[in-house]
Amino acid sequence: MSDPVSALKNISDDTGLVTISEIGPIGMITLRGDLSDKALVKAAVAAGGVNLPEQGHCNTQGTQGIAWMSPDELLIICAYADVQDRLADLREKLAGSHALVVNVSDARAVFDIKGDHAREVIAKLAPVDMHPDQFSGTMFRRTRFAQVPAAYWMPDGTSARIVCFRSVAQYMFDLLKTAAMPGSEVRHYA
Amino acid sequence: MSTRLATGGRLLNTAKPVNFTFNGKQLRGYEGDTLASALLANDQMLMGRSFKYHRPRGVVAAGPEEPNALVNLGREGRFEPNQRVTTTELFDGLEASSQNHWPSLEFDVGAINTHLSKFLPAGFYYKMFMYPRSFWKHVYEPFIRHSAGLGKAPKARDEDTYEHFHAYCDVLIVGGGVAGLEAARTAGRSGARVLLLEQTNHFGGRAPVDGGTVDGKPVDKFVEEILEELSQMENVQLRPRTMGAGVYDHGYVLGYEQLTDHAPAKAGPRHRLWRIRAGHVITATGAIERPLSFAGNDIPGVMLAGAMRDYLVNFGVSVGDRTVLVTNNDNAYLTAIALKHAGLDVPAILDARVLPQDSELVAQARALGIRILMGHAISSVKGGKRVTGVAICSQAGEGAVLEEIACDAVAMSGGWSPVVHLWSHCGGKLRWDSKRACFSPDVDNPPKGADGVGFVTTAGAASGMFPLDDVLHDAHAAADGVMTTLGFKMPRDISAPSATRREEAPLAPVWMMPNGASAKLREKTWLDYQNDVKVSDVRLAAQEGFVSVEHAKRYTTLGMATDQGKLSNINGLATLAGALDAEIPTVGTTTFRPPYHPISIGAIGGGARGATFQPLRRTPMHGWHDANGAEWEPVGQWRRPYAFKRGSESTHDAVMREVKNVRENLGLLDASTLGKIIVKGPDAGRFLDMLYTNMMSTLKPGKCRYGLMCNENGFLIDDGVVARVDEDTWLCHTTTGGAESIHAHMEEWLQTEWWDWQVYVANVTEQYAQIAVVGPNARQALERLGGMDVSKETLGFMDWADGTLGGYPCRVYRISFSGELSYEIAVDASHGQALWDALMALGADLGVMPYGTEALHILRAEKGFIMIGDETDGTVIPQDLGLNWAISKKKEDYLGKRAQARSHMTDPERWQLVGLETTDGSTLPDGAYAVGEGTNDNGQRNTIGRVTSSYHSPNLNKGIAMGLVLHGPDRMGEVISFPGVDGKVYEARIVDPVFYDKDGEKQNV
Repeated sequence: MSDPVSALKNISDDTGLVTISEIGPIGMITLRGDLSDKALVKAAVAAGGVNLPEQGHCNTQGTQGIAWMSPDELLIICAYADVQDRLADLREKLAGSHALVVNVSDARAVFDIKGDHAREVIAKLAPVDMHPDQFSGTMFRRTRFAQVPAAYWMPDGTSARIVCFRSVAQYMFDLLKTAAMPGSEVRHYA
Repeated sequence: MSTRLATGGRLLNTAKPVNFTFNGKQLRGYEGDTLASALLANDQMLMGRSFKYHRPRGVVAAGPEEPNALVNLGREGRFEPNQRVTTTELFDGLEASSQNHWPSLEFDVGAINTHLSKFLPAGFYYKMFMYPRSFWKHVYEPFIRHSAGLGKAPKARDEDTYEHFHAYCDVLIVGGGVAGLEAARTAGRSGARVLLLEQTNHFGGRAPVDGGTVDGKPVDKFVEEILEELSQMENVQLRPRTMGAGVYDHGYVLGYEQLTDHAPAKAGPRHRLWRIRAGHVITATGAIERPLSFAGNDIPGVMLAGAMRDYLVNFGVSVGDRTVLVTNNDNAYLTAIALKHAGLDVPAILDARVLPQDSELVAQARALGIRILMGHAISSVKGGKRVTGVAICSQAGEGAVLEEIACDAVAMSGGWSPVVHLWSHCGGKLRWDSKRACFSPDVDNPPKGADGVGFVTTAGAASGMFPLDDVLHDAHAAADGVMTTLGFKMPRDISAPSATRREEAPLAPVWMMPNGASAKLREKTWLDYQNDVKVSDVRLAAQEGFVSVEHAKRYTTLGMATDQGKLSNINGLATLAGALDAEIPTVGTTTFRPPYHPISIGAIGGGARGATFQPLRRTPMHGWHDANGAEWEPVGQWRRPYAFKRGSESTHDAVMREVKNVRENLGLLDASTLGKIIVKGPDAGRFLDMLYTNMMSTLKPGKCRYGLMCNENGFLIDDGVVARVDEDTWLCHTTTGGAESIHAHMEEWLQTEWWDWQVYVANVTEQYAQIAVVGPNARQALERLGGMDVSKETLGFMDWADGTLGGYPCRVYRISFSGELSYEIAVDASHGQALWDALMALGADLGVMPYGTEALHILRAEKGFIMIGDETDGTVIPQDLGLNWAISKKKEDYLGKRAQARSHMTDPERWQLVGLETTDGSTLPDGAYAVGEGTNDNGQRNTIGRVTSSYHSPNLNKGIAMGLVLHGPDRMGEVISFPGVDGKVYEARIVDPVFYDKDGEKQNV
C-alpha cells in the first residue's frame, strides 16, 4: 500500500504575518456516547492518552489528545499510524454499550499557524474573541472560518492548530494566507 | 477667491507638499490636507454639478455631511465614483475629476434644466412617465438611466484587497472628539475593555477649532494630555480612520477602517470591516450644523459657518476675502471672529434674531468692528458659479431688498443637530428639543437589548449638549453610568474636567429666510443639495396630500441621496411641518438606517473574492481530474468532472465516448462526493424506517437496499443506497448535494422529536474516496487488483464486503447506477489517488477510461433511473415517479406517509413519470412543456406534461427523455407535442422509461 497523502501534501507558507503549514495526516476518531459513563470515559482516556477535557476544552500531549466536541461527542487525537489499533480497542471496550466510534482521520485537514499575529489571523476569519484573556490555555473552539466549519486550539500563545474538512483544505489554506497578508497587521491585542 | 493663508493650519505639515490633479490640472497641497481643503487652497471652489438641474456646486461642509463635492477618484483598478472631498485625505499622485456634467465642469449643457425647473417639480418622474405604458421600456427607461447617477461606474476590476475583523469589547465608543476621549478615559479607569473608533485621522473633534479652556488649559493641550493618558491604559484602544457605520441588535456594530486610502502604495488591505460585539455602545458622534433656507443658498461660496472655521483653523484656508455671516445663533459668531483675527474682511453679520442685549460673542464681534444687522436676513445670493454678493432684507418680511453687499463668500448657520444616527439605527427614540430646535436622543427610550435594557448611550454633543463644559460633563456621566450598569467598579473620587463657560443667547428657529419668502424666492431655496430638492418642492408635496414625512421624502427624494440628508432632513421636515401647519415633533423624522456614511462594497465582501470567494470542495482525485482534461461542473460546492476531454475533442464527443466505453469496456467514476452517513444504535433500524419510505430494519448485514427519503409534506428530498454494516449500524448514501442537509435532517429529528431514541449519526462523507468501477470488464479489473473474491457467487448484486484490494483496505459495494456490472470501492481518502492510479494502470488493456457526470446521467437515463433534482423539484412525490415499489405498505408510519394520503397527493390528475422518445430521433429540449387542448383562465395554452431529463443516447443512437405527463402511464404509445423555444415543435411518443436492458441482465452477470 502507498503512503497516506494529506489533502495538500504538507504545503507551507511563510511569506505573511504567520507561518502556515498543513500537517498530517493525523489520527482522529469521533466518539459519541454518554460522557458521564465511567466506562466510556475510561476508554476515551486510554485512547487519547490524556484526561477528559472540560466542556469547550481539549487536552493534548504530543501527538495525542482529546477534544470536547459537544455534550455527547469527543474527538480522540492520535498518530495516524495508531488509528486502527485505537479504533479496535475502543470498539472492544465499548461493545454492548450505546456509543459510536468512527474513524475521521482522512476526512480532515489540519493546519498549524505560528507567529505573533496568530490571534489576529484567526479573528479575521472566525467570530471569536481572540483576546488573550478570553481565549487561552486548553480552550478548544468549534466555529467557522469564513464560510466553512472549523475547530481549533492554541498549543501555546502564538500558535494555533486548525482542523477543517479535507475537501476545503485548499480554501482554508487560501483563507489563512489572505488573512496573513503582509501589511495587514491589526495590532488589536498588542 | 479662496486661498491658502500664510499662517494657520493646525493639521498641516507644510514641510511636505503634495501634488495632485483635479480634472487633469496639476495642483499642490500639503500633507494633512483633505481634498476639499487642498482644492479650496487652489481657488477651486466649483467642484461639481448637481444631480437634477446640473447647478454649479462647491463644497458646503467640512465633514461626512458634505452633499455637493463628490468626485471620481483614481483610475482603472482604483477608480471610485462619488467620493467626498471632505473625507478624502490628500496624498501624492491623487487624481480626481468632477462628476455629472457634459462637456465640462465650467460649461455644462445639462444646466438648461435649471431653467426648466418649473417643468421638473417634485414627483416629476411619477407624473411624467406613467403614460403610455408602451414607452416604459424603450423610451422612458433609457432616458432615466442616462440622466440618473452621479459618478461613472468603475469598469476595471478592483485592484485592492479587503478584510473583516471580529472584535469584542465591554464598551465601544464611537467618536474621538473630546466627548469620546473623556468617555474612554472614564470607562478605561474601570479596567474594562474599551474600543474607541474615530472616523478621521485626528482626535479631539472640533473642540480645538472652537477653542476654550479645560481645567485652565487650552483645549488642544487637554486633548494632547488625554491622548497620552489613554495610551498608557492597556485596556483602551483607539482606532483612527475607523468609522462606526451601523448599530444592530445584540450590541453588534460595524466599523469601517480605511487603511490605505490615504497612502495607496502601502501594503495590506485597503479597508477593514470591523464586526464588533460590544457590551455597551457610547455614541459620541457630535453634531452637524444646519444650513439656512434662503434663495441662492447653493451657489458656490455659500458654506456652513462651522466648516469655514474648520478650513481656516485646521488647514489655513480662507474661503473668501469678504465673508458675510448669516445666522440664527451665537455659535456662528466664532467664524466671524476667527476670520477677522485672520485678517479677513467680514462686511456684515446678518442675525435673524433681535437680541435685547449683546451676548458675549456678539459683543466680541462688535468690538472687532464688525457691522451686525439684527433681525436681518438674506433675500438672495448673487452670483452663478461663485458668490458675488448678497441682497439683504428683514427676516420678518417677504424679502424686499434693503441693500446689496458685495462679498465672495457667505457663512451660514441655522443651529446644530446632534448626530443621532447610531442611536437611532436600532430603535432609539428622539424627542424634540425646542430650546435648541433639534431632535435629541430620548434617554428614556434607548435601543434595547434582549434583556430589555438600553445598550446605547450618547455622550456630548450627540446628546444635544453643545457648550464645551456640558459636553465634558455629559460624556463623563454617560461613561460612569454605563460602567456602573455593566457592573464595573468605578473610582468615586474623579469628576469631569471643567471647561470655561460662555453665556450664549438662545437660538431662534429659522426655517425660511425671510420668514415670508415669496414663491419666486422659495424656488431658489435649496433644502437637499445633492438631490436638488427645494422648499417649493416640499410645499408642493404637502399641497398634493403627502402628509407623512416618509411619503413626502420618497415623493420629493429629499434625503435620499448618498448623504442620506444629513444637512437636509431637519430643514425639510420643518418646511413640511410649516406647510402642513403642524408642529415639528408631530411630523417626526424619517428612519435612520446604516451605514452612517457610505462604505465600500469591497469592505462588505471582505476576503471573499478570487480563490476565497466561495469554498470550492475538492475530492482526493481532483488534481488528477484537472490534469486529465476534466471539464468541471459545479455540484453544490463541489466541482465534479462533467467529462474528460481528450485533445481537441468536443465536450459532446467526449461524453458520447465515455458512455459507450462504460457499456462496452470499463469506466471509472469519482463518486467520492456522494454523502455517507453512519447511523448506529439500538433504535437505528426504527429510525431509518421512519426516514425512508421503504423498510431498512429488515436489511441483512452485508446487504444493500435503495431507499427514498421524503419530508413531512411527502415530497422526495433524497435517495440513495443503504448498507447494513452490523446488527445496529447502517451506512446511508445520500446525493452529493444532500450529505450535509440530510445529516442535519437526521440530527434535527433525533434532537427535537425522537430525543429518547438511542441513535447516533456521523457524517463520514469525506473519510472515503469512492470509486465506481463500471462496465463489462469491471470484475476483471478488481480481480487484477486482487485480495478479495468479487465473483457473482460471493459478492452478488446489492451485496457489500470489507476486504483488501491491491493492498488497500476497502469496502466494496456491488451496486449499479448505470445498469452495468458495477462495484463502488470506498477507500480511506488518503489512499484515494493511489487506488485510482492503480486502476487506471491495470485497466489500460481493459479499455479503462474515466467518465464524468454527464455520462453518468445518460447511463442512468437509459435505465430509467430517476435523479433527485431532475425528476424531482420539491413538489414531486415517489408515487408520481412510479416508485410505489419502494414504499413499504407494511410500515405504520414514515416521514411523508400521512401527507401522501392527502386528496391532492392521490389525485389521478397528478402528472406521472414516463419515457419519451421523439418520432424523428432528435433530442427533446430539457424542461420543455407538452401542450394540450384549449387554454387556461389566463388565456395560455394548457399544458399536459414536461420534460425532466433529456439526452442523446449513443448506445441507442437516438434522443431519450423522461418526463411527467398527465395520465402518462395510461397513454403508452400516444404522441404528444413539445413546442421548443427554438420555434420547432417536437413530437414525442410516450414509452416505458427503461430504454436499455429492461431485464437488468447486464448488471447481474
